[in-house]
Amino acid sequence: MSQDHTGRGRAGESETRELAHGAARNFTEIRETDAPGFSDALGTMSMMIDPVRPLHHRWSVEVVRALRPVAFVALLLVAWHVSTTFQRAPILPGPLAVAAGLIELGRRGLLLKYVVASLFRVTWGFLGAALVGIPIGLSIGWYRRAEQAFNPLIQILRPISPLAWIPIAILWFGVGDLTAIFLIFVASVLPLTVTAMNAVEIVPEVYVNVGRNFGLRRAQLVYSVLYPAVKPQLVIGLRITLGVAWMVVVAAEMIAVNSGLGFMIVDARNAGNRYDLVVAGMVMIGAIGLLLDIAIRSLERVPSISWGYSDD
Amino acid sequence: MTNVARTPVSTGPASHAKLTADGISMMFDRDGVSISVLDDISLTVDDGEFVCLLGPSGCGKSTILNVMAGFIAPTRGEVRIDGEAVTGPDPRRIFVFQERGVFPWLTVEGNVGFGLYNLAPAERQRRIAHYIALVGLQGFENAYPRDLSGGMKQRVEVARALAVNPDMLFLDEPFGALDSITRLIMRGELLRIWEAERKTIIFVTHDIDEAVQLADRVIVMSARPARIQRIVDIDIPHPRDISSRKYLGLRDGILEAIGLAHKV
Amino acid sequence: MSALSQPRRWEAFAWPCVTAALLLLAWHVLVTLTGTEVFPSPLNVQRGLAQLIERGVLWRYIGDSLRRVGIGYLTAVSVGVPAGLLLGWYPAAAHVVNPVIQMMRPISPIAWIPVAIVLFGVGDVAAMYLIFLGAFFPIVVSTMNGVRNVPSIYRRAGRNFGLSPAALLTRVVLPAALPQMLVGFRLALGIAWLVVVAAEMIAVDSGLGYLVIDARNAGKRYDLVVAAMILIGLTGLALDVGIRRAETLKSIRWGFRHAP
Repeated sequence: MSQDHTGRGRAGESETRELAHGAARNFTEIRETDAPGFSDALGTMSMMIDPVRPLHHRWSVEVVRALRPVAFVALLLVAWHVSTTFQRAPILPGPLAVAAGLIELGRRGLLLKYVVASLFRVTWGFLGAALVGIPIGLSIGWYRRAEQAFNPLIQILRPISPLAWIPIAILWFGVGDLTAIFLIFVASVLPLTVTAMNAVEIVPEVYVNVGRNFGLRRAQLVYSVLYPAVKPQLVIGLRITLGVAWMVVVAAEMIAVNSGLGFMIVDARNAGNRYDLVVAGMVMIGAIGLLLDIAIRSLERVPSISWGYSDD
Repeated sequence: MTNVARTPVSTGPASHAKLTADGISMMFDRDGVSISVLDDISLTVDDGEFVCLLGPSGCGKSTILNVMAGFIAPTRGEVRIDGEAVTGPDPRRIFVFQERGVFPWLTVEGNVGFGLYNLAPAERQRRIAHYIALVGLQGFENAYPRDLSGGMKQRVEVARALAVNPDMLFLDEPFGALDSITRLIMRGELLRIWEAERKTIIFVTHDIDEAVQLADRVIVMSARPARIQRIVDIDIPHPRDISSRKYLGLRDGILEAIGLAHKV
Repeated sequence: MSALSQPRRWEAFAWPCVTAALLLLAWHVLVTLTGTEVFPSPLNVQRGLAQLIERGVLWRYIGDSLRRVGIGYLTAVSVGVPAGLLLGWYPAAAHVVNPVIQMMRPISPIAWIPVAIVLFGVGDVAAMYLIFLGAFFPIVVSTMNGVRNVPSIYRRAGRNFGLSPAALLTRVVLPAALPQMLVGFRLALGIAWLVVVAAEMIAVDSGLGYLVIDARNAGKRYDLVVAAMILIGLTGLALDVGIRRAETLKSIRWGFRHAP
């Protein structure tokens, strides 16, 4: 089946015959189409392929891969243990002492009590901030003039560390739960307001126009278009702010209240240099912070929210 | 089940094969199931030829292009360029993506000069100026990609590719993101540049008209697993009249070959 | 976005002034009405500020706080960026180290205070260590993600043009990852500022955070407390605006869009 290239530049043959001959001549039939043609392809066009995974992939390889981070953690623990065994004065605890400390706290019932106290404060402070900050933020984001009026102020107040509010908080609420809740509220309300503001500004105008086109009134517009549209960004903001709130509760408890995980850390040190309990407290703080983070991240996977995240 | 496409497409001893692909097969692993994407593809491209790979989206033609450019290793088979086996990407054969391959942090000048790091400054400047002029972007040397239209960004990418003087160009649906008017213009520009610089070009597209307008040869590929279905010679000299009977005949022939009707 | 007419340019200046004025007024009125002895009115605060400036304390404390932030933050950058680059470049390494990062991240730097005091004693170094801890994680994570999110097209183009891995890193990956890294830098700076105030409240004896606590303890000078709070806010704002400048410069030029 050789190619005939003499078709090039051949003048003089009539057009119609050229069509009949030439077209056929140009076509090199490779195989009869038992291979699916374009029309079949149209059906399968959207299949996505994950390239560059080698063919030979067995489950044992997967297991080894999953174990590597575990091994790394184990390595760190060993290093920690070794470095604390060889310190001059036995101040900092090794991992075993910390584990023992955790068990002790659990047995004394303090662990549960303090964890509950801290979570309680975070919950109330954070919820309060969400209920106040988000609606305000949404309104400010919606009305340009409101944004102009309030934004500069918000930007000035935001960097004021919530901890700087401690003396004022103690002045107003004394030493106790309310102070801690107030501090968490202060720490969370402005970031959430800003998040809500930005979330509204990011909503594509197209969505709003569609809503208006279909005759939705203001309230319906907010409920049916705006609120679903801002949810993805709001959830991200909630997650980040929750992390901040958790950080602040610990600090607040270290300075201004008499219970909770933060207090436990300070107390363990003051009442006898129990650094094993101090580090045990730190571990608990980290663990709970992580759990809170994971909980909100799972929210991000809900379909009514996950649409807002591109999978680049 | 081998593909009998290994027809030598060169006529006389003068033209030689620039690129040969020999029995390329590609299997991908998705969720534990292996999928055959390319099935025993063999083809030859001559020096200075303009070849189009034509097929629907997702049929694997981008994959074969990536294999030929050396970005992916095939499961089976081998690609040779100038007799040398292809083992990785190389500045002698530059891949032109859609305009999103342009670096947003560099100006037009910076982008075009990107591959010229081995040259002396004077020579580098000269080359940059030459290729910016060639693609018609004089005056935009200091513009950033964000200030450019899609067509202009595509020109930047072509200039960047040409500046390093490669032997071969691989273009992967380069005009896909452009509007149809700009596309027509860009096709003309590409041909103009090709006539001036005469590189070997392998061009992937899903647009039948585009293939018939541009290529010396159109390689029609079937859907997954991709095989070469037909090879069509386009022996119309440039500039091609897209209303001529010969053009339409060839185009209709391809339409028929892939089972599509002429009437919408 | 609203159906109202577009606000005019002068309104961007007028409205905030109006709200600020109203706020100050409300503050003043509340203080006078409730007849509180302790909580300061805006005028008291202003006088307190003047006093601080007079005594030369103000600039010294601001300088101290900024110094600690500067050193702690820059250390975090110089350690965090290379670490993040490494982790982003080698996904296998990231896979191993990431769980540890995720576990350590939620531990507030403030919870580290007792350990810091044990390690470094009460003083500057402890504060800087805490700032380092606070800034380190956002920097590492954003650098790592920035590198991982570099579109593979850019990397391919770089390899295509024959770049060595080192050149690929500096000429392609780093510029492409920069916008995301800058977001992390800004976050880290905000955290650093937060932490320095906390650290100064507990572990050192100078700086704005210390001023807040000290003004109350040594004489219930709430006017100075509020003055210090305002200063903390303004300095933090200045830092934030400064780093946003750097961000928008690059982002606008390159045309990247990211959430503020």
